[in-house]
Amino acid sequence: MSAVAVPSAATRARRGLNLTYLTVELRRLVRNRRTVIFTLVMPPVFFLLFGTVESYKTESVGHANVTAWIMISMALYGAILATTSGGASVSVERAQGWTRQLRLTPLSPVTYVATKVISAMVLGLGAVVVTAAVGIPAGATGDASRIATSLALAWVGSSVFAAFGLFMGYLLPAENVMQILGPVLALLSFAGGLFMPLGDGVFATVAQFVPTYGLAEIVRAPITDEGVSVWALVNVLAWGVVFVVGAAWRFRRDTARA
Amino acid sequence: MTSQLLDTPATGTLALDLRGLRKSFGTVRAVDGLDLAVRPGEVVAFLGPNGAGKTTTIDMLLGLADPDEGTVQVLGLEPGQAIAAGRVSAVMQSGGLLKDLTVLETVQLTASFFGGTRPAREVMQRAGIADIGDRKVGKCSGGQQQRLRFALALLPDPDLIVLDEPTTGMDVEGRRDFWNALRADAARGRTILFATHYLEEADAYADRIVMVSHGRIVADGSAAQVKSLTSGRIVSASFEGTIDAAALRGLPGVVDVEVRRERVLIRTTDSDSVARHLLTATDATDLEIAARGLEDAFIALTTDAQAAHTAETITETQTEKSHA
Repeated sequence: MSAVAVPSAATRARRGLNLTYLTVELRRLVRNRRTVIFTLVMPPVFFLLFGTVESYKTESVGHANVTAWIMISMALYGAILATTSGGASVSVERAQGWTRQLRLTPLSPVTYVATKVISAMVLGLGAVVVTAAVGIPAGATGDASRIATSLALAWVGSSVFAAFGLFMGYLLPAENVMQILGPVLALLSFAGGLFMPLGDGVFATVAQFVPTYGLAEIVRAPITDEGVSVWALVNVLAWGVVFVVGAAWRFRRDTARA
Repeated sequence: MTSQLLDTPATGTLALDLRGLRKSFGTVRAVDGLDLAVRPGEVVAFLGPNGAGKTTTIDMLLGLADPDEGTVQVLGLEPGQAIAAGRVSAVMQSGGLLKDLTVLETVQLTASFFGGTRPAREVMQRAGIADIGDRKVGKCSGGQQQRLRFALALLPDPDLIVLDEPTTGMDVEGRRDFWNALRADAARGRTILFATHYLEEADAYADRIVMVSHGRIVADGSAAQVKSLTSGRIVSASFEGTIDAAALRGLPGVVDVEVRRERVLIRTTDSDSVARHLLTATDATDLEIAARGLEDAFIALTTDAQAAHTAETITETQTEKSHA
């Protein structure tokens, strides 16, 4: 008798989103001091350091001032950090045997991945909102709907870096992935022109090959009149492919080992 | 005991039914033709040295790995179905816990993965971790983490619990606490299969010992049966002159005589008469009598070419017993 009744009861929770798990994941993110500092504190602080020069507030980039341009860049930086650490945590949790433990429960792998993605995106949204909440009172102005579009693009576009985090998570030692990725992302953002306009020198040429460059240009396109260059699209697509293929390659090797 | 039998859906549904299992990794045959049937309510020790194929077998019976050949049935179901139904759960050797969660959070989170479970407090109580619910998992000792894994395994109230070397790396106290918790649970009639390379654990906690070596079962029976496989005791003594090994072989109960320089080692089922003979009829000195423990049986069986034959003999005994 119980053999028939038990399965139906126990499998009830298998499909759909598990709110308990999502809550726990969000709590883990907020509890992690390093994550909070990197994603919710550093972007607005960087904005205040780099973006509030008086001349930036009066100088226009098309449909907004330079201060808004930097605010949007910092929001993207924060969102990228959030999705990267979300992606990296999947491989860290694999290394810790957590995903193996999950296979001994009725939780579906799809629910696991969805929970990780959603929690990373919620944190990314937090980074965008906090940066905007600091940036707008501090002098970021322009066409409101264009600024809002850019902020939304920053949030959505950052998801490309979830694959970057997953890939790097497999390559780097599990215990301190974000300790390495944090500074690496800061460097990439700097070189990719997120923190300040690059001008026309050597840095601008190098920047075209940096993973953050294309995404930054697309995200800022609504407030500038420059449009999106072919280079930016190629940059985003190429790096996106590298990250996804790399993550899939490591993922398969990792699975084959078990 | 009676209710256990009634709860079993159909007579003859085994808790575990492994047939002809084989699994290779490259050229290494991890599991090489393994058959095992476990009846509901049995506490079985899966005993073997590292690399004997214990973990690979457990991975296959939990659906974490697919066998190259053979079939796995857990409570009459496919492993994946049995897990999804919460009817089998496992305590793995290490890992599988998020260090930044508390003990209670881990239990509550895992409970949310199942449709219906035992209450968190109850399983923590039974695993002996009710007092450390607020502790971060990363701050728990190895033994506490292992009891947490055990608490998680209790959540779906499974018919079968599988434990893969559950006390590896634990101190003596942690090991004792863990086994006390498990033993209390086994008394409730749950089927338990645990892998171990600690012979004393197998001896002390299992009804039945299944010995594996090189991916095969080399012995299967109660601890007493397994011990009796390599008969009796060893009597050893020193001689000053020549040793008449042939005469010693002729004594009643003597299985084997081995001469090492001036010392003779006699394997016998009747140590008393050998000792009496040595002390009264010969000039033997420094006489010692040692019991042969599970360890000796283990070494003898896993290195003995005749092991397969011995295993068959004892399996027959076991089957007769179960029919009785």
